[in-house]
Amino acid sequence: MTATNAIVIGGGIHGCCTALHLALRGMRPIVLEKNTVGRHASGVNAGGVRQLMRHAAEVPLSMAAMDRWERLDDLLGPKLAKDCEFIGGIGQIGIAASEAEMDWCQTRVAEMRSLGHAFEEVIDAKELRRLVPGAADICRGGIISRRDGHANPFRTTQSFRLRAEQLGVRIMERTRVTGLEQGDGGWTVMTDSGVLRSDIVVNCGGAWAWQVAAMIGEHFPSTHFASTLMVTSRMPHFIDPVVIGIDRVLSFKQTEAGTVVIGGGILGDPDLNAETADTVADRMVVSAQTVYDFFPILRRATIVRSWAGLEALMPDVIPVIGPSQVARNLWHAFGFSGHGFQLGPIVGSVIADLVADGQSAIPIAAFSPARFSAATGTPR
Amino acid sequence: MTVARTNCELAIVGGGPAGLAAAALAAELGVETVLFDEQPTPGGQVYRNIEANSRRHDALRDILGGDYAKGLALAERFRRSGAGYEPLTAIWQVSAGGKLGVSQNGKAYLTKAGRVILATGAMERPFPIPGWTLPGVMGAGAAQTLMKASGIVPDRPTIIAGSGPLTYLVAFQLLTAGAPLHGIIDTSEKGLFETGLAALPLLSSFAGDLLKGLSWIVALGKARVPFFRGRNLAAEGVSRLEAVSFDSGGRRHRLPASLLLVHEGVVPNNQITASLRCRHVWDVGQTAWHPQTDKWGATSTELIAVAGDGAGIAGARSAVHRGRLAALDAACRLGRISRTERDERALPERRAVQRENRFRAFLNSAYHPTEAVRWLADDTIACRCEEVTAGELRALISEGFTDINQLKSFSRCGMGQCQGRMCAGTVARLMSDSLKSDIESVGYYRLRLPIKPLPVAQLAELGNADRDSRPLLPVVEGDPSQRI
Repeated sequence: MTATNAIVIGGGIHGCCTALHLALRGMRPIVLEKNTVGRHASGVNAGGVRQLMRHAAEVPLSMAAMDRWERLDDLLGPKLAKDCEFIGGIGQIGIAASEAEMDWCQTRVAEMRSLGHAFEEVIDAKELRRLVPGAADICRGGIISRRDGHANPFRTTQSFRLRAEQLGVRIMERTRVTGLEQGDGGWTVMTDSGVLRSDIVVNCGGAWAWQVAAMIGEHFPSTHFASTLMVTSRMPHFIDPVVIGIDRVLSFKQTEAGTVVIGGGILGDPDLNAETADTVADRMVVSAQTVYDFFPILRRATIVRSWAGLEALMPDVIPVIGPSQVARNLWHAFGFSGHGFQLGPIVGSVIADLVADGQSAIPIAAFSPARFSAATGTPR
Repeated sequence: MTVARTNCELAIVGGGPAGLAAAALAAELGVETVLFDEQPTPGGQVYRNIEANSRRHDALRDILGGDYAKGLALAERFRRSGAGYEPLTAIWQVSAGGKLGVSQNGKAYLTKAGRVILATGAMERPFPIPGWTLPGVMGAGAAQTLMKASGIVPDRPTIIAGSGPLTYLVAFQLLTAGAPLHGIIDTSEKGLFETGLAALPLLSSFAGDLLKGLSWIVALGKARVPFFRGRNLAAEGVSRLEAVSFDSGGRRHRLPASLLLVHEGVVPNNQITASLRCRHVWDVGQTAWHPQTDKWGATSTELIAVAGDGAGIAGARSAVHRGRLAALDAACRLGRISRTERDERALPERRAVQRENRFRAFLNSAYHPTEAVRWLADDTIACRCEEVTAGELRALISEGFTDINQLKSFSRCGMGQCQGRMCAGTVARLMSDSLKSDIESVGYYRLRLPIKPLPVAQLAELGNADRDSRPLLPVVEGDPSQRI
């Protein structure tokens, strides 16, 4: 039987990053991935690296993550860091197309300042046009976080995976966890390709994490959804910042390749058991309309692909990060609810801190699994 | 058409022999049928522009020949059948529930069908050789299409390379039409003599076909078109094709040319069935994927059938009968005819399909693709849209990728304008070679709508969309700070 001191369930960006940081602390983790690394939300998200318009509870974590994004070289080395295709400092902008949205931007910035965060600013129509020359007249201004940017999600996840492997992490793909038992000697982890033993377990199972938790009798009100993206054929470079809608459905960026990736919460039809999702044309219309309204240059563009990734969704739309409430030596990091990619470089380091030191310097109380204690222990 | 069709009983995608035969028979049996096709007139690729060309009285009509002329009866029967017809129309999605995404006259709409027959036919097998992306290299079938559709004949030094009957047919047609044909390079494994021997058992049933093939070769010989049996082709040139080089008779040859027409057979056009996640099988004889179908053409997806070459290559004559079989099954499922009637009417169609299959088995063994499926040199481009070379893909495979979609996500192969049509087979084969694994375990690109590129403007104004399909999660509505 394979025995190790740490097993990470789930080969997404959080699973790979967690294994990487546990390895940095001298452990020899094994990552168990039922499919292939980065197959779901980590590999197929929009790649936004965004502090803008985040839930207040996530801001400290998000700011710490941004520091890591800006120093990927330190963690990954120059080659793997370059592969992430991270571009920061180009800004993410929430575009306001109505007076009500402009008012909301003012209120939001004031609230964030009262909490001590100054990274968001309101911008007027003139500044918006300076940053985004192609914006249509209906765009009145908006809210910006200038440090933000984007990265290539699949490549980033692979870089974390390869760095983890360099540090001695073993990644077992196409290996599905089927059961978890805790005994005096630690955890017994049953998989469809054999049984493993481990001192600790970290659950980074994404859309399937609640199933892992249920194996130890810990129940979360977690559901799943499929966020859809559509992408155009290559176009001449016309925009640097990432733009998102405020009341309107939109998330929009031009990649290094010149393609334009359009998303922002369009729902696909998820199939948790088949581990895939279909995209639904009916629901893509609203996003296309917003793009059409905001960026006249894109009216001639053609959509060549669409895709959808499966992701966990918590009722309060913020993740679960912390120790299990029903078992020792098991930690959770899941439920990122569609905006976990930017947190990718930090969450694994927080988990490693929790495992090794029992605490994290970054405030994470809001993400405690205990907040769902009412649901804990009751069957779904 | 000015008003979008909101629904129909039977939708047929593709107006080639299978689609025309299926639509005509279904409509004759009383099924409310609509045929959607990208071309302006019926015929598909094989009978492209058949109605107009049949009215010609010039040399082109003779050049295109008697087999081509047979398409007219199919088109006429379709026109008389009462089936609905939507030409110049692209289908950019087919959902498992029978919802079709339609694009026509610069507008897109959705239409709901009770059953769908996909008659999307075949495409020329992509032919990845060094230099194949240079301007001046194209498919022999594409050149033939240009001749049928617009009477366009090459006027620059032309070389034809490949294997299979179409190579010789196109060579013969171009020669007759006066094109400057500077060489034929036959890449098939077997020589003409061996092929002839293999064909002998078929002589009684297919004498016409075999003699026709022979007559093309005789005519090309008479015209003294240089003929080579060649391997390891390369297209050479700086910004466009300048010469074709190849191995023949133990040495390397180099022929100057402005146009290289290549052909290594055709493969099923299976983008729609792949996007539906219908079960597919790898056909070893044809070295291609095709959807798994029953004897009526029904796929593993309840409402969807495939007729004609899209379900596995068997040729235009077979496609007509396969189209009718799918139509009979549709009419039965839609309550127009009984099972007994369906089965009785199917007998002659099935016999005809079986007859054609014998000829196809001969063609498969005589003209197994060799050049198009040979080991790719590392600097040969596998994905032409994104310019990904075989070497880049092999490097990634050696880093640990075991699934074709990982290669796609990392290298962008299959992400371009052709939506993976040109490289899916090549990349799967390359991966299966490198990993020494079964090509079926390597899999196919995950495909989703749009199956044909769709303008943003058309999607923004999509007609007949289900407006209750809310795009947002309920929890994030009304609070932008909880944006997913």
